[in-house]
Amino acid sequence: MRKEGRFWERLPRAVAGALCALSLSVGVPVTAGTMLTASPAMAQGKTLRFAFQGTLNALDPYSLNETFTLGMLGNVYEGLTRRDKDLNVIPGLAESWEMLDPLHWRFHLRKGVKFANGDPFTADDVIFSADRVRSDGSDLKTRIPADSEWKKVDDNTVDVILKSPNPILFAEWDTFYIMDKEWCEKVGAVKVVSAKDTNPGPSAYEANGTGPFEIVSHQPGVKTVFKRNPDYWGKIESNLDEVDFTPIASDSTRVAALLSGDVDLIEPVPVQDIKRVRDDPNTDALTGPELRVVFLNFNQMRDELPTSNIKGKNPFKDPNVRKAFYQAIDIEAIDKRIMRGLATPVPLLIAPQLYSAPDLKRWPYDPAAAKKLLTDAGYPDGFTVGMDCPNDRYVNDAQICQAVVSMLAKIGVTINLNAQPKAKFFAKVLAPGGYDTDFSMLGWTPSSFDSWNVFTSLATCRDASGKGGPFNLGGYCNKKVDELAAKILVETDKAKRDDMIHQAYRILLDDTSHIPLHQQSLSWGKRKNVEITQRSDDQVLFYWASIK
Amino acid sequence: MSELTEMVETPADVPPGLARRVIDSDLFYSFRRSPLTMVAALVTVILVLAALLAPWIAPHDPFDPAKISIMDSLYPPVWSDGGQSGFLLGTDNQGRDVFSTILYGMRISLAVGFASVVLALFIGVTLGLIAGYVGGAVDSIIMRVADVQLTFPAILTALIIDGVARGIAGPRAYEDIVFWVLVLSIGLSFWVQYARTVRGSVLVEANKEYVLAARLIGLRPATIMFRHVLPNVLGPVLVIATINLALAIITEATLSFLGVGIPPTQPSLGTLIRIGDDFLFSGEWWITIFPGATLALLALAVNLLGDWLRDALNPKLR
Repeated sequence: MRKEGRFWERLPRAVAGALCALSLSVGVPVTAGTMLTASPAMAQGKTLRFAFQGTLNALDPYSLNETFTLGMLGNVYEGLTRRDKDLNVIPGLAESWEMLDPLHWRFHLRKGVKFANGDPFTADDVIFSADRVRSDGSDLKTRIPADSEWKKVDDNTVDVILKSPNPILFAEWDTFYIMDKEWCEKVGAVKVVSAKDTNPGPSAYEANGTGPFEIVSHQPGVKTVFKRNPDYWGKIESNLDEVDFTPIASDSTRVAALLSGDVDLIEPVPVQDIKRVRDDPNTDALTGPELRVVFLNFNQMRDELPTSNIKGKNPFKDPNVRKAFYQAIDIEAIDKRIMRGLATPVPLLIAPQLYSAPDLKRWPYDPAAAKKLLTDAGYPDGFTVGMDCPNDRYVNDAQICQAVVSMLAKIGVTINLNAQPKAKFFAKVLAPGGYDTDFSMLGWTPSSFDSWNVFTSLATCRDASGKGGPFNLGGYCNKKVDELAAKILVETDKAKRDDMIHQAYRILLDDTSHIPLHQQSLSWGKRKNVEITQRSDDQVLFYWASIK
Repeated sequence: MSELTEMVETPADVPPGLARRVIDSDLFYSFRRSPLTMVAALVTVILVLAALLAPWIAPHDPFDPAKISIMDSLYPPVWSDGGQSGFLLGTDNQGRDVFSTILYGMRISLAVGFASVVLALFIGVTLGLIAGYVGGAVDSIIMRVADVQLTFPAILTALIIDGVARGIAGPRAYEDIVFWVLVLSIGLSFWVQYARTVRGSVLVEANKEYVLAARLIGLRPATIMFRHVLPNVLGPVLVIATINLALAIITEATLSFLGVGIPPTQPSLGTLIRIGDDFLFSGEWWITIFPGATLALLALAVNLLGDWLRDALNPKLR
C-alpha cells in the first residue's frame, strides 16, 4: 500500500485544488471589480485596447457582409466612397464622379495613394476588386450590379457602364473595399475566402489596404494589432499609434476588463451593466439607437423542414402559421425584461429612423389568436422545429431566442434551439452553408441606409445559391415585391418611390414574411479618457478615436 | 478490513442480523464518534433526496418552456425588495424559479457524477485487476497508458473527449447525447486512480494463501480475480469512489460553466452559475450565488464523507 500512498495524500489536495479553481473561475469578475481602485487610469500612451464579444476571423474584406467585420476592416481598407460621422457619402478613393448618362458613370480616382505594402493605387485595382467582389464565395455581391461593366479609361479614371439606371449606385461602396491587384496575385488571394472555409490559408489572415491603419499581426480569436499608417494620404483625426483588439466572449469578463482598466473600449456593454459602467467615475457608456433591426426568418423554400416532425410538407409555407408564430411572441416582454427598455419594437425590416409609416404596425401580441391560427392551419397540437441563433453577435441574442422558445411553447410549438458563436452560425445559415436553417435569427442594417437594400437583400425571391435576395435566409418569395423592388431602384421621383416602398412593406407585413423584433441599441463602454465617434451603423472606427 | 467485506456482500448472502452487525461494526462506531461526519452525511442525504424528489418538491418545472414566462424574470429572493412570493430564491433571466432550477439542476449534476464514477470504477477496477493479477507485459502496457493519462489534467481529458464528441455528433444530435458524453468524458478521465490502486492491492493479495488455494483447486483466473481478490481490494476503491464523486460533480460543473456541458435550456448547477455570472455586475447576485453555494455544500459534504471513510478504513490510523 505504501506505493499507492501518494494517491491518498494527493486526493484531498486535488479536491481542494478543483474547488479553488471553480471558486476562482466564478470569482473572477468580483476580483476584477475590486481591482478597480487598485489600478488607477495610468498614462495609456497612444494605444487603444478594444474588446468585442465575437472574433475577427478571415481578413478578406469580401468574406462576410457583417457590420463588425466590415467596420474593423474599414480601419485598414477604403472604398471609392466613404461615409462621414453623420453617414453622408463623401469621396474616398474616388475624388469625384459624374454621371455621363443614366447608364454611364465616370469615377476619378485619388492620385498618389499607396497601399500599406507600398504598391500604388490605380484603376487596375478598382477593376480587379469589382471582379473579385462579384466572384464565387463573395458575401458582398450586392455591392455592385452583377451585370455592370467596369472599364479603365486611364490610370486614374474608371467608367462604369450599367444595363439599367441606378440612382443609388454607390450608396454601399463605403464598405466595398478596394484591394491591391498585385498583392492579391502575389500572395494568392485572388479567390475570395468563403465564410465556410475553415482553413483558408495564410493570406486570408493578412490585409493590405489604403486606410489610416494597417494590421501588423492577426491571430483570429486571440489578438489583432493595428498600427497607424504613416504614409496615409489624408489627415487622421486620431492620436492613436496602435490599437490592440481582443475578443472577450463573456459579458461579465468584458465589463470587468473595462472597469479595471485592462481595456479602453468594449462593445457591447451588456444592457444590464450599462448603469454600472455609467456610475463608475472612470468609465462611461455610449448608447443610442442603432440602425439595425433584429428579426426571425422562416424557411419557406424547403418542401419539408429537416428539423421538424411534420413530414411531407413545410408548415412555414402557410402564412397563417407564420402569423401564429408572430402573434405568439410578446415583444414588449422581451424588450422590457431582456433588453431592459433599450430596444424599440419595430413593425418593418428597417429602423424607423430610415423608414416608417403610420399604418404599418406590428401584429398585436395575442397568444389565443396565435393558437387559433395554428389550429385552423391544421396543427392543433403544434409541431417541432429547430431554430438557429448566434450567441455573440446581437445584443442578448441567445437570451432572446430562449425567450422565443418559451413563448412558442405556450402555443404548443416545440423549438430545438441551436445557439452558437457567429462564426459557426453564419457559416451554416448564409449562402456558403446552403442556407441550412429552418427558423433563424438575423440582424440587418441596410448598408445604403435605404429600403431598396432591405428588399433586395432580405425579401426578394432567391434561388438555392442565393441569386436574388442573398440574405433572404428563409427564401420568402412574392413576385409583387420583386417587381416593386425593381421599380424602386430606378425611380427618381421621391413621392412615387416612397409610395412603392410603402406598398412593398405592406405586402411583407400582410404575408408575415419575417418576424421583425426590434431595433437594438448601440451600447459601447469606454474609459473616460477615450474619445470616439459612435456612428449609428455601429462600425467601430479607430480613426475617430483619441486617448486624452 | 473484515467489516467492509460484509458491507459489500449482497444482502441475500448474509445471515440475519445484518443491521446488528453494522451497528456493532468499527466503521459505524467511528461514524458515531465524528459529529462532522454525521452532519456531512445528513447534508448529503438531504441534498440527494431533494434532487431525487425534485418533481414533487419543486414549486415550478423549470425545464418546461411552456411553463416559464419572461415576465417573471429577475425577481430577487422573496425576502428582498421586489421579491415575489412563489419564487423563494428569486428567478433567473428567463423567468425560471432559481430554487426549482437548483433542485432539477442538482439531479443532472448528481446523475452525471454517479454515472461517471460508476464508469470510471468499472474501467479502472477491471484494468487494475487484470494488470495486477496477470502482470508482465499486460501490466506494463496498462500502467504505462495510465501514467500517460495521469500527465494530463482530468479537465483537459474531459474537454478533449467532449470536443471530439461534439465534432462528430453535430450540434443538434449533440444535445440529445450530451449527458452520456459528459459521463464518458468524466469517467474516462478518472479511471487511472482506480486502476493503480486496485493493481497495488492485487499485488499484495495475489500472494496470500487463499488465492493460492483457489488456484490449486483449479478455478479460472477470471473467477479468482472477481470472486476472490476483488472483494478484498474494494476498501480503498470505495474511498476513491466517494471522493471522486465530489470531483466528478465539480468537473461537470466546470465543463458546464465553460459552456461545453449541459445546455442552458436544461441547466445543471454549473450552467446556472455561468448564466448568473453575466448578472453579477448588475446586482442580480442570486442567480449565481445560490447554485454556487449548493454546489459547494454538496461537494464539501461528499468530500468530508470520503475523508472520514479513508481514515476509518486505514488500519494505520486506527
